[in-house]
Amino acid sequence: MKQWYKSGAPWIWLNAGAVAISVIMVLGLIGLIAVRGLSHFWPAEIVEFQVGDPELGLGTMVVGEHVRSQTIPVQVARDAGISVPPELGEGDLVTRHLIKQGNRDVTGRDFAWYPELQMSQWQTPPDAMVLERREWGDFFGYPLRLLEDGEVVAEGEGLWDELQARIDRGNELFREIRRIERRDVGVISERMEELRLQQRGLQRDPDIAPEALADALDRIESEGASLQDEFQVLREELDVLRRASQRDVLVASVAGGEEVEINVGEIVRAVQPNSLSLGGKVAAYVQQFWAFVSDEPREANTAGGIFPAIFGTVTMVLLMSLIVSPFGVLAAIYLREYAKQGPLLRLIRISVYNLAGVPSIVYGVFGLGFFVYTLGGSIDELFYADRLPSPTFGSPALIWASLTLALLTLPVVIVSTEEGLARIPSSVRQGSLALGATKSETLWKVVVPLATPAMMTGMILAIARAAGEVAPLMLVGVVKLAPTLPVDGSFPFVHLDRQIMHLGFHIYDVGFQSPNVEAARPLVYATALVLVILIIVLNMTAISIRNRLRERYRAASD
Amino acid sequence: MNDISQSPERRQIAPGGRRSLLPSTEQRERLRKRRAFKDHFSRYGIGIAGVGVVAALAMIFVYLFSEVAPMFRSASVDPQASYSVPGVETDDALVHLSLERYNQLGTSFSQRGNVTFFETDDGAIRTQFELPIPEDATTSAVATGVANANAVAYGFDNGQVSLGVLEYALSYPDNQRHIEPDLALPLGDGPITLDEQGRAIEVLGVQVSDRGTYIAGATEDGELLLASFERNENLMTGEVTLEQDTVTLPAFDGEPRHILIDGRFRHLYVADDGGRIHHYDIGNLNSVDYLGAVQVTDQGQVTKMAYLNGTVSLIAGTSDGQVRQYFPVRQSGGQHSLEHVRDFSRYQGAITHIEPEYNRRGFLVGDDQGYLGIHHATAGQDVFHRQMVEGPLSRVAVSPVNSMALIVDENAQLQRAEVRNHHPDISLSSLWGKVWYEGRSEPRYIWQSTASTDEFEPKMSLMPLTIGTLKAAFYAMLFATPLALMGAVYTAYFMSPRLRGKVKPTIEIMEALPTVILGFLAGLWLAPFVEGSLPAVFSVLLLMPLAMLAFAYAWSRLPERVRRLAPDGWEAVLLVPVILLVGWFCVAMSPHLEIWLFDGNMRQWLTDIGIVYDQRNALVVGIAMGFAVIPTIFSIAEDAVFNVPRHLTQGSLALGATRWQTVLGVVLPTASPGMFSAVMMGFGRAVGETMIVLMATGNSPIMNFNLFEGMRTLSANIAVELTETAVGSSHFRVLFLAALVLLAMTFVVNTLAEIIRQRLRKRYSSL
Repeated sequence: MKQWYKSGAPWIWLNAGAVAISVIMVLGLIGLIAVRGLSHFWPAEIVEFQVGDPELGLGTMVVGEHVRSQTIPVQVARDAGISVPPELGEGDLVTRHLIKQGNRDVTGRDFAWYPELQMSQWQTPPDAMVLERREWGDFFGYPLRLLEDGEVVAEGEGLWDELQARIDRGNELFREIRRIERRDVGVISERMEELRLQQRGLQRDPDIAPEALADALDRIESEGASLQDEFQVLREELDVLRRASQRDVLVASVAGGEEVEINVGEIVRAVQPNSLSLGGKVAAYVQQFWAFVSDEPREANTAGGIFPAIFGTVTMVLLMSLIVSPFGVLAAIYLREYAKQGPLLRLIRISVYNLAGVPSIVYGVFGLGFFVYTLGGSIDELFYADRLPSPTFGSPALIWASLTLALLTLPVVIVSTEEGLARIPSSVRQGSLALGATKSETLWKVVVPLATPAMMTGMILAIARAAGEVAPLMLVGVVKLAPTLPVDGSFPFVHLDRQIMHLGFHIYDVGFQSPNVEAARPLVYATALVLVILIIVLNMTAISIRNRLRERYRAASD
Repeated sequence: MNDISQSPERRQIAPGGRRSLLPSTEQRERLRKRRAFKDHFSRYGIGIAGVGVVAALAMIFVYLFSEVAPMFRSASVDPQASYSVPGVETDDALVHLSLERYNQLGTSFSQRGNVTFFETDDGAIRTQFELPIPEDATTSAVATGVANANAVAYGFDNGQVSLGVLEYALSYPDNQRHIEPDLALPLGDGPITLDEQGRAIEVLGVQVSDRGTYIAGATEDGELLLASFERNENLMTGEVTLEQDTVTLPAFDGEPRHILIDGRFRHLYVADDGGRIHHYDIGNLNSVDYLGAVQVTDQGQVTKMAYLNGTVSLIAGTSDGQVRQYFPVRQSGGQHSLEHVRDFSRYQGAITHIEPEYNRRGFLVGDDQGYLGIHHATAGQDVFHRQMVEGPLSRVAVSPVNSMALIVDENAQLQRAEVRNHHPDISLSSLWGKVWYEGRSEPRYIWQSTASTDEFEPKMSLMPLTIGTLKAAFYAMLFATPLALMGAVYTAYFMSPRLRGKVKPTIEIMEALPTVILGFLAGLWLAPFVEGSLPAVFSVLLLMPLAMLAFAYAWSRLPERVRRLAPDGWEAVLLVPVILLVGWFCVAMSPHLEIWLFDGNMRQWLTDIGIVYDQRNALVVGIAMGFAVIPTIFSIAEDAVFNVPRHLTQGSLALGATRWQTVLGVVLPTASPGMFSAVMMGFGRAVGETMIVLMATGNSPIMNFNLFEGMRTLSANIAVELTETAVGSSHFRVLFLAALVLLAMTFVVNTLAEIIRQRLRKRYSSL
């Protein structure tokens, strides 16, 4: 034993343990996110059981999904105010289960803990269903019959298929309503706003002749009136659609047996997970996952999808790379190829490298102060004076977010590109110069093409960093809920002055600012999973490009 | 070059009819010019872009400095115009002067009750009003309420008082701002009787707030009277009735000179002719308490006394030039006592006037030698001190936005002066020192930057935030450094190359993980988990190394045949199941341990022995942020160890040292600068990390190193508060200062680390 200790082996093993712990933590973390994020979409079984009140001997029915369980000492449970049977002593443990019972509109709370001791056997009734609704969260219960304008149209056997068909119709109507509200009404209100600004501009103009002013105001008024008419037509159209979507009503019973009427137009999706086959479950899983990725969020971001966040992240990152790549590459070429090498350059180089380690929030502060308030404020004063005091560019916006992140990732691109340029064997360069090429020809036709993979690596690393950065974005352009996407069909198509949603900020917002954390939690895990996958893929790509690059030059320099 | 060979039509016919493959001289000339131009263009283009990018990055520093610098600029007062005080006849006297918030109109109150609104530009009179003055009476005392109430009370020698309130109506005819001033009489159109016996009011005090109006007066024979007025408007008839309640205050030894009443009608102070301030509790008018007196000065008396914004702090100026601040502090018995808080720089002459600023704890002071001073109470700062007039300075008015002052000398000559005094509330001592804030019993470090009312005293001490930042970084480093450094040594020196090729990228992937994800896991998963299984966390710390060593020893006892199955350098893999097992075991045992050792509930147990426990605490942050810095430290330290020249280690091994002795004796000494710089880089990252601390702590700015309490860091504070503060305010600039501190701190740390690394690289190449 002593000899074993003297050999130093225990220390080596401890060091090995440190590596093992680190690796386990990384993989465990990714695994945790993957399992939690992916399992949310799996149609979980709906369980039904009775919870007995030990004093009254009566039971309440509970129908819902099992979320997780916990085993805690009796004392902890008592301190937390959980009712525990008095016969349990200090040393006992109690297990309790968190059940998602939905029906927030009926019971008031959609998640509840139930102690195992007071539970009856769990059942999985085949006709239990879960409805995803546009409001009030999920509904758990049993379908009874379907009404159309108050008349029963389906009951028993054919009920489920009929319900699915009518839910599809409801979704169709909903999409139509949303299209009109978003696009057509949006266009009209935009034109109204334009007219209002014109009017204000005219009234403020001191040089205009009174007759011309009156004419112009008349014209604006008549245009406004015609817009009002158009708006009226749309409103009527919307009313018709809304009435149509309220035609069907599903009567369902909840856990206690009480009957509830649910408007089919409010239902997004209906699933009976207990009677689904494996294939059916997989189909439902894929469908739900797709809905998550492609839908808009609902209910203060605690339900629905994350499409605007994905779209916002991608738009912002693309815009950022458009800005950062030329400047980063040019700066790196300058530092490596043109600048006079000396102590000053060394200082500059170290400074630039170190900027990569400066806290991102500092860039956010700079972005807010300089880009948003100073630059944006000046742009507003110069070009959008009509709209003041409501800011156009003088408030957080897509362009400022992209610029801030471009600045933040500039060092990454510079470092990577410089590294690539430094790796190119001098023989290649000298060969080109010896053949009579000028410096710029050598640079653009020999050196830069060879260094392209390094630049790509830098770009990808920059994108990966930008995609995951949240702190500066909170200051310069990201919001919890953006009413519109930054890119759409109306001129000028890419709206640089709009605020965007962002995956990372979405995680922060939904996880920490949401009123219903328990309901939001799975969505946060799923969002985190999407972000992690995006970033790991980007990094892996960068690493593999870099490795291949190294191999290539090893061969070239041999 | 390409275009020559690719454009055959450009080839020339050489003399003799043969086609030459070479371009002609002038073509070559042109080509050479074009190439030279391209070369130059590219050189300058790249040069401009490169210098531009470097300049843009440098601009971050410059810009942050430019936002912070105005905080430390001293104040200035520049006289711009001078005219005699409008509306005051030569045989009359000026008793009060004020300004409205657009600096357009000034108001003068004369002894005879004339209220004159004048243009500040040239002193032209806009309108005049008259306060109701009883017939055959003369003004014997004047008092003003808190600055933004704009109330002025007159006391007369027949025992009556009048109260006037300035009101300004704003309108925008033709897009031009027009201010219409008015004098409102909230206590009715005639004077009100304060003293039924008709004695002259010698000293007057008034306070007007949304809770009502209080007026206190001292009669010629020294009796103190206090009256409260309540306006009741009958909803049906619209008739206004005034309810007056007058009491006599307990007397003290001395002659009253000044009276102050606070805005919540709890405290009343009377300065006497012996340099003392007497304190009354007037919370209950039916039983007014005399709470004693404080001696402001031994030589002379209190010549002027004024409330600061918020009517908590009072500033007393004395005949011997002292300016002292007092406020009531709650004693252990629940009683308030007036405490001397701080002194401001002393004046040569007697203090003639103290004018509080409207929306912050600043004030202007004039003395009888014509000096004007500007001070700020919270910051304990004297921002301005200069002689403005010859002879005594009799009166000062300051604009509600602190951009203009009207200074009056003894001859009623008025100077309009532009004031530039944007951030008197920030000083080095208010940012980094202990400050005695209003209502606290002692000086403390507090960060509490905003509240809902204007009367709030902002508390902007960067100490709690800096301590919080260091606390978070300290616990993160405590967790990360051993793991990362030990892991680095093993990976670089002992691990089999094949495994290393897998392990290193895996840990480096960690670095790319968005911190928002770590933060959310820490806040939503780890924090509840740690809270529920506290014993597990600590037993893992204890058991894990023991279990590893036990396994290692057992492994060394195994027969050679079994050990051969796992070659050298695969120890880490062998340990994985051990670690998982220990981890699972600890979590499973956690509730039982809680029952055995901690009365069934460890959290409660901690609370019982006096340790505060927050769910989101430094332990959680330490683990989560440690996780974030492990890859930074690991990757740099691993490089340093891996690049230790092979011939050194091989030499050591050849001389008979064991592998571990080689590590201790050769590898570590050589690589230690690199490992040190790795730790510094990690520290730099931990200091600036935002999202993890934002999400995994309660963000309460507290000053301790308790493992089970949260903290608020500089970075999280910026993220939380910057978007909600007014651009250009002191708070805004302090947040910029916080950013600058972060920037400078990380920049210095990183630069040092980088320099150490470069030195090391040089040393390796010379070894």
